[in-house]
Amino acid sequence: MADAAPLLRVRDLARSFDVSRPWLNRVIERVPRQFLRAVDGVDFEIARGRTFSLVGESGSGKSTVARLIVGLHAPTRGTVEFEGRDFVRLPPADKQVLRRRMQMIFQDPYASLNPRWRVAAIVAEPIRAHGLIAGRRALRQRVDELLRQVGLAPADGDKFPHEFSGGQRQRISIARALASAPEFLICDEPTSALDVSVQAQILNLMKDLQRRLGLTYLFISHNLAVVAHMSDEVGVMYLGAIVEHAPARTLFARPRHPYTRLLLDTVPDLSLTGAARAPVAGEVPNPIDPPSGCAFHPRCPHADARCRTERPVPLVAADGARVACHAVAEGRI
Amino acid sequence: MTAADRPPLLEVDGLRVEFATRRGDLVAVDDVSFALAPGEVLGVVGESGAGKSLTGAAIIGLLEPPGRIAAGRIRLDGQRIDDLPPEAMRRIRGAKIGAVFQDPLTSLNPLYTVGRQLVETIEAHLDMSGAAARRRAVELFREVGIPAAERRFDHYPHQFSGGMRQRVVIALALAANPRLIIADEPTTALDVSIQAQIIALLKRLCRTHDTAVMLITHDMGVIAETADRVAVMYAGRIVEIGAVADVILRPHHPYTIGLMGSIPRIGETGERLVQIEGTMPRLTEIPRGCAFNPRCPRVLERCRVERPELIAVGASRAACWLHAPETGGG
Repeated sequence: MADAAPLLRVRDLARSFDVSRPWLNRVIERVPRQFLRAVDGVDFEIARGRTFSLVGESGSGKSTVARLIVGLHAPTRGTVEFEGRDFVRLPPADKQVLRRRMQMIFQDPYASLNPRWRVAAIVAEPIRAHGLIAGRRALRQRVDELLRQVGLAPADGDKFPHEFSGGQRQRISIARALASAPEFLICDEPTSALDVSVQAQILNLMKDLQRRLGLTYLFISHNLAVVAHMSDEVGVMYLGAIVEHAPARTLFARPRHPYTRLLLDTVPDLSLTGAARAPVAGEVPNPIDPPSGCAFHPRCPHADARCRTERPVPLVAADGARVACHAVAEGRI
Repeated sequence: MTAADRPPLLEVDGLRVEFATRRGDLVAVDDVSFALAPGEVLGVVGESGAGKSLTGAAIIGLLEPPGRIAAGRIRLDGQRIDDLPPEAMRRIRGAKIGAVFQDPLTSLNPLYTVGRQLVETIEAHLDMSGAAARRRAVELFREVGIPAAERRFDHYPHQFSGGMRQRVVIALALAANPRLIIADEPTTALDVSIQAQIIALLKRLCRTHDTAVMLITHDMGVIAETADRVAVMYAGRIVEIGAVADVILRPHHPYTIGLMGSIPRIGETGERLVQIEGTMPRLTEIPRGCAFNPRCPRVLERCRVERPELIAVGASRAACWLHAPETGGG
């Protein structure tokens, strides 16, 4: 597993956004330019056929990472390698070839499907865009097959998106994502807008498809239980950086970073053991003006002077977990 | 069980909410009955379209036309409130029933400072004005955990984060010391760590003020953390109701069983989630008999024709023919 070359490798990925006031305001009010560092030095690899998840709260930068990988944003720094080739700096023609092999599934199945198109046209679009199949009959056959694959009927292809429930729409999104026969899917909160029973259907479907088609997933979610269910490896993001990165089992059995522990503490206990939970204080700070040193220090119960000044670098533990925390590195916790 | 021994604060009896449409009346809430004791937290859980929010809106008198209460009675402290004129209902809202909704921005006026909104609410419902109302408002802000309450008093809603805004809304809801709070998805729009804070806050405040809460949510986790009892709704009806521990650990209705199984849990990595096939029916096509019958893995012939009522099953009550004595269940 570990010796096989990863399908995707992200190195020192960073992106800042210019959130300055307009030029005239800056001059009159004498305020400098302002930058929001949405993603600041993210590294990870995803092995073929595996699921890597990014988990974090709003503003942690997890969706920006997804957008950087598919090229919806250009990175400020760092590289995205797909099969060892830097995707960002590829010539446009080669990029187009690689694009067929990676697809994205979005959170909101109401906003991501064109309401004026019939489902069959929506699902066929990637095939047309990449010129994969010639001939109407062959195309329709492929669309029917895709619809069946996600648990819909071929007859559903003649309907419009509004005729479907949220869960069925997400199935349509998945069928569209699979249309170009990709190897890599980026799933950005794919079930967050769905009811739990429908979420279970979609998560089961995604796992089945992964097994059947050998797909590789980058899974993005704020829901730890969903991430625990889906992932082989997990990266916990806080204010643009991965603070802990470990195999899913290790991370959930033995969370190390204080932020990971905080997140796990917030997961409601459905077995009603009545275990007391530590109250969690504070909120995610404004990413425009992040705290000095370790970004988590204002909320961290273990913060000391070093945490306030020096940004921790990830250290690798014996079981493969990478944790960016002074307290963990110094053995204080 | 002390809460249950006191006379009920809120009684809902045979509530039916209908929507008049061109193609006839649609029944969105059908024969819903439950009681809420003073200081009790009742969770109402269900998926979208189950009718849980409409039940809450009907109680608080905020059903939007064409929705209307078509049958049933709602009593607060023994007094009927479902047939009150709008002005009388408006006075009860705020004074006796507070409300917390999902999106705190829609509950707050963006043009007024939060302090002014809170002082106004206090002056409207309590015999207090000027400096006294302001003192009470600052005190409330402190109680709901807004740091630097004095200073934040004169800030506008947009200057607060989502979690802090929801605290302001809770302060507003509690301003007149109501007996009941209806909280409709109060934590759904918040980040997980903030969610836990707001739940803890609601719980603590309601305990200290002896306020009853009807907590409407789609999230079983929130219910498990907060509620004393829980009502599970499906297609406009309560299908199971009982103490939280009974319903969550020993669900009886096949829908509740499926719902509990479909929730992913940490520590059960890799297994398949229980799947309820299909989706909740639309209001226009609610099946005959038990509304859950087309999706039910244990459906009986009877379920397709006859509608089950809530009957005692174990320590809770469920509306399911599987558990009817004459069907051989129990």
